[in-house]
Amino acid sequence: MTTRRRDPARERVPVIVIAGAVLAAAIFVVPLAGLLWRAPWTSAWSVVSSGESRTALRLSIETSIAATAIAVVLGVPLAWVQARVAYRGRGVVRALTLLPMVLPPVVGGIALLLALGKKGLVGQYLDHVGVHLPFHVSGAILAETFVAMPFLVLTVEGAFRTADRRFEEAARTLGASRFEVFRRVTLPMIRPSLIAGAVLCWARALGEFGATITFAGNLQGHTQTLPLFVYVKLEEGTIEPAIVLSLLLLAISLAVLISLRDRWLSAL
Amino acid sequence: MSVDARVEVTLGSFSLSADVHVDDGELLAILGPNGSGKTTLLRVLAGLLPLDGGHVCIDDTIVDDPATDRFVPPEHRSVGFVFQDYLLFGHLSALDNIAFGPRAHGARRAAARSRARSLLVEVGLDAKATAKPRELSSGQAQRVALARAIATEPKLLLLDEPLAALDVQTRSETRRQLRTILSRFPGARILVTHDPVDALVLADRILVLEGGAVVQTGTPDEITSRPRSEYVAELVGVNLFRGTADGDHIQVGPAVVTTASSHTGAVMLIVPPNAVVLHLEEPRGSARNAWRGTIAGIEHLGTRERVRVRVVGAVTIVAEVTPAAVRELALTEGTEVWAAVKATEVEVFPA
Repeated sequence: MTTRRRDPARERVPVIVIAGAVLAAAIFVVPLAGLLWRAPWTSAWSVVSSGESRTALRLSIETSIAATAIAVVLGVPLAWVQARVAYRGRGVVRALTLLPMVLPPVVGGIALLLALGKKGLVGQYLDHVGVHLPFHVSGAILAETFVAMPFLVLTVEGAFRTADRRFEEAARTLGASRFEVFRRVTLPMIRPSLIAGAVLCWARALGEFGATITFAGNLQGHTQTLPLFVYVKLEEGTIEPAIVLSLLLLAISLAVLISLRDRWLSAL
Repeated sequence: MSVDARVEVTLGSFSLSADVHVDDGELLAILGPNGSGKTTLLRVLAGLLPLDGGHVCIDDTIVDDPATDRFVPPEHRSVGFVFQDYLLFGHLSALDNIAFGPRAHGARRAAARSRARSLLVEVGLDAKATAKPRELSSGQAQRVALARAIATEPKLLLLDEPLAALDVQTRSETRRQLRTILSRFPGARILVTHDPVDALVLADRILVLEGGAVVQTGTPDEITSRPRSEYVAELVGVNLFRGTADGDHIQVGPAVVTTASSHTGAVMLIVPPNAVVLHLEEPRGSARNAWRGTIAGIEHLGTRERVRVRVVGAVTIVAEVTPAAVRELALTEGTEVWAAVKATEVEVFPA
């Protein structure tokens, strides 16, 4: 009797693990298949090219990019402090900055409204100087930033923590000031993580719904992003445009994730 | 005095206490085993580690003095540092790695690059200007790191085990190049190494560090001819014995050593390895010391065309002989030999 030779590099996977993995993949794949199955392919183009949906799409892209930009500009310093500065209360700050990841976005929207609304904790003073965030495109951006920035902070903080600090020492012996070291050595070292974090952040901002609709409202052309538009269409009972626009959102996200994957997202 | 430092640092259970002086144009080698505090000493001089006590003075400027709370950060010290694993910036080309220092010192990009280019030529790597560090061999990376460290024309150049990461073949070649490049550098230089050959070949003076303390300082000749501890003797390949003298006879363990001079009490004996002659038969002659033993090890010294033979017997002694002698006598490990030393070759000094 002969026994079949096995490639020693190929591990024998228990059946139960395979079953679990297949089911997990199915959870991702089946709903997508549902969308594709019901998609009204013939009318798809007219839905996408309608004025209303184009406006929503443009607004979504603009606000998500703006939110990502803010998250990078503010989130990188926060991540640096969290990774490098030992101060009292660091654990509390870490928990608070990651809170939006577990908080229902609607609750986040209410919180933003209570803080930055016209009569809010901070908003009443902003109102005096003529800054009105709620029900304005800036509010939509802020809501997206609130929900999405933790993804960037978490990724970048980890990179700052594991970056080899001796390269920074080498730069200092070469005469670079602390800021120059940060800009010319530390940032390039963590670049893959920064890009990965920014992409995750952007993807989360693009799909943001709850905080946006609560804090910024659902004003067509101002705060009605694509997810909100899809929701409105569903409410109106016209499911086809909702499906087409959902697929469009999906396609954009997938295209970006795939195009960045090989080069930047190997860490993810 | 280009560098004048009294270094006192405590890191956990390790403490380092050392006086370091280096003149302009002088190359000091710090020789010591792993964990002796060599790298810590360099980090203190570069300003990467503040002193707990003492002072550091570079080029007549006090850069660290805890007593007066004075501390000049690394970027404001005129110190170049070649790190043990080079630490070249992975996102920059060889050229831009070298240009980094001049840029940080305010040079324009074009000026910094032209300075970097001339240094690349100097270290023989102008063809590798656009190569990223990962595309360089370790010998090439070492030269780029050296060029990067001297690009800002520092007053003091620190080299941490510059040859340790290289394989044996690259090592002697790179050591030769390093010697040439270092000889052109006008400032003070401190080189850390655990390899006595590096220290003997490259240094004007050697400081031996052991367990965070200075064991000995001196010229290579002084260190090899008068090693002050068994560790130093072992390190520089000199036979060092301790014994009790009574006239011209010194009792060393079970053996008796005859000397040309007269001493009493506890003494240290130095026998240069090249004064030890190996014989297969018991040698004849009056004023000779001869001990019987077995060869325990044979080591080729590539740089000096010599072979070191370790003989273990009543006295354990290292002989340095020519490869021809090894062939003629057919010496291998386990061969029984007589190690002979003239009485006049034994140096004695009080312990």
